[in-house]
Amino acid sequence: MPVLIKSLNKEFTAFLSGEIDHHSAPRIREKIDSHLNREKPERLILDFSGVSFMDSSGVGLVMGRYKNALQLNCSTCVCGLRERDLRIMKMSGLEKLVEFR
Amino acid sequence: MKKITNSFKMALPSKSINESFSRVVCAAFVSLADPTVEEISDIKTAVSEAVTNCIVHAYEEKNGIIYISADLFDDNTVRIKIRDKGVGIPDIPKALTPLFTTAGDDRSGLGFTVMESFTDKLTVKSVPEKGTTVTLVKKLHRK
Repeated sequence: MPVLIKSLNKEFTAFLSGEIDHHSAPRIREKIDSHLNREKPERLILDFSGVSFMDSSGVGLVMGRYKNALQLNCSTCVCGLRERDLRIMKMSGLEKLVEFR
Repeated sequence: MKKITNSFKMALPSKSINESFSRVVCAAFVSLADPTVEEISDIKTAVSEAVTNCIVHAYEEKNGIIYISADLFDDNTVRIKIRDKGVGIPDIPKALTPLFTTAGDDRSGLGFTVMESFTDKLTVKSVPEKGTTVTLVKKLHRK
């Protein structure tokens, strides 16, 4: 489960790919958090375009990153979700806190 | 009275790498009934949630065995049972409440909500200190 990270002008994009579950989530989380803490961006974009499978672990991943980013005064945006994964995300009410596009 | 047309059983250790293995096996089994791609995805998601619960909650990330069995019926429904011999659930209605979780560490508390949403029927039976059985039933519509 590789995560490609690009940082540009205080905007930090994590391109997620493959399958997100309880097994793969910790490595993704650690990689994003270490960059977040080091670079302190103003905006975090989680790009799910390359994600082929996700269960509720994907929701936990976004919730956790949102909380961490908030502490750094950084906003969170999620993009590239497939329709069914957006449906899972919305079960959490996250769309009130995180921008989905 | 509907009849079972096919079935399988497996037992596997509660390792997180087996989350993907379990959902792929169940998807392969269900695909024998010629379901839609969407229905296969629904089964994968629901099974992934149930197996993750066994690993995270029932066995608390320690060693244990997860038992999965599935039956296909002649009316094109599938029934998947995911059973553990873990700690059990003391309060099932509370566990089924969306966003409720006893685990920290980025768990969303949506496992059962997702299972309910992607299947037609979810049954949870649990005895504290004995274990839990989650039964997922889904009607499949031929392509």
